[in-house]
Amino acid sequence: MRKSTNQKAWWLVAPVLLLVAFNAFIPLMTVVNYSLQETFGDNVFFWEGVSWFEKILRSERFHDSLLRQLLFTGMIIAIEVPLGIAVALSMPRKGPWVSVCLVLMALPLLIPWNVVGAMWNIFALPDIGLLGYSLNSMGFDYDFTQQPVSAWMTTVLMDVWHWTSLIVLLCYAGLCSIPDAYYQAARIDGASGWAVFRYIQLPKMKRVLTIAILLRFMDSFMIYTEPFVLTGGGPGNTTTFLSIDLVKIALGQFDLGPAAAMSLIYFLVVLLICWVFYTVMMRNEEQ
Amino acid sequence: MNKKWILPTLYILFLMLPIYGLLSMSFKTTNEILGGFSFFPQQFTLVNYIKIFTDPTWYVGYINSLIYVVINTVISVSVALPAAYAFSRYRFLGDKHLFFWLLTNRMAPPAVFALPFFQLYSAIELFDTHLAVALAHCLFNIPLAVWILEGFMSGVPKELDETAYLDGYSFWRFFVRIFIPTIAAGIGVTMFFCFMYSWVELLLAKTLTSVSAKPIAAIMTRTASTSGYELGLLAAAGSLTLIPGAIVIYFVRNHIAKGFALGRV
Repeated sequence: MRKSTNQKAWWLVAPVLLLVAFNAFIPLMTVVNYSLQETFGDNVFFWEGVSWFEKILRSERFHDSLLRQLLFTGMIIAIEVPLGIAVALSMPRKGPWVSVCLVLMALPLLIPWNVVGAMWNIFALPDIGLLGYSLNSMGFDYDFTQQPVSAWMTTVLMDVWHWTSLIVLLCYAGLCSIPDAYYQAARIDGASGWAVFRYIQLPKMKRVLTIAILLRFMDSFMIYTEPFVLTGGGPGNTTTFLSIDLVKIALGQFDLGPAAAMSLIYFLVVLLICWVFYTVMMRNEEQ
Repeated sequence: MNKKWILPTLYILFLMLPIYGLLSMSFKTTNEILGGFSFFPQQFTLVNYIKIFTDPTWYVGYINSLIYVVINTVISVSVALPAAYAFSRYRFLGDKHLFFWLLTNRMAPPAVFALPFFQLYSAIELFDTHLAVALAHCLFNIPLAVWILEGFMSGVPKELDETAYLDGYSFWRFFVRIFIPTIAAGIGVTMFFCFMYSWVELLLAKTLTSVSAKPIAAIMTRTASTSGYELGLLAAAGSLTLIPGAIVIYFVRNHIAKGFALGRV
């Protein structure tokens, strides 16, 4: 759309700017403030410079949480995106079942995150939960409270359960916008099912898929409540992702300096990856 | 022979299993739950639900959650509407940077902001009020609302605005009388998203409240840790949190697909 230049548009944006800035600038400045100082309580602060940042960047604990976080995010995107596309492709386009499918699939998205954690905790309990009991009675040795592998599987499965629907719904919206004429033309040309997917459906889904992956990346990188309720970061530290680790340091040990420094590094990592992604997306949109 | 229905059916079955586990546990007595696994409740009981509906420390949590979610949705959508209009119609100094800056707030991990928020809202004496949680959730809901609304508004041809101005409409009269009804579906979808993200968020809501505005989700975590193994009660409380979401989905079911694409299909 052609846009006209109008500086008065700032007045329309002002309320949003004020509200978000109030919520973003003041807390961010607090975090920056803490990250550069040491305190022993009573509001007495000592200048520390960047030593907290060095400490965090060198600490093995931070490297481990970051690695676990990247692995987790990579795994769930690798599972959710293909699964979401496959389900969206095989969903009916019209008829009474469409609404039923959409409502049922959207349901997990609207469950409070701690309830998701609690639900999966109950579901996976090895002795009395539906999943845990079934797996154990089938002869698998499964206990997510004791075995790191089981805990990881359960956490990843929970996220797939929770968020694949978002990708399904986005892709479905993309598919619904393809005019019937495209398919007819493909049939006349004798295109194979794969060709239809590769040259008609995938390009039409590209835009929404980008949004889906961006949203999934952002949200999975800040995941806190669900794994915290499900495993509490355990057994040991095996499912301690970045946010869980951060809250442990900040509110558990009250190490405000290192926690603030870690917050900033964490935020910058997310920002950097999202910025690259956003730039690529915008360039595609302009083309 | 068309076998396409198999995959969605299996997928929905997979989605429903944990929900069924939760529901069936909520109708069991504590003894039965701890006694071992059973697929159906053997001694069907409503005792968990009765406890929640008669004990104020439980049901007040639902009311608290709903209050701040509604306040947040109203604030987010009403300030995002003019801003999204500005982004979709005009070019102005720093518009692209501003838009990206808004989105960065959507990317900020709530864990980063939990402690500073606590200090900020204590300092302005809003701690433990519904307004505090509603305002805090604006951090991620306003950027999202602007993003979705901008997508919907860009789909409305600019000729609509120009014709209205030629007919002598003032900006606000055009905006309220003509433009808002035109994008009503988009506003509905935006409200759905604001409701959803405010309803499911726990970390900030828990940090900013202690007694009088405590959300149901926080009450559940407290119960889970103090009273040990009241799993039935926990399951019943969890099952009840599904209801508002289900109602909201039902209302937007016809627009949901487009809404999830943020209006940008």
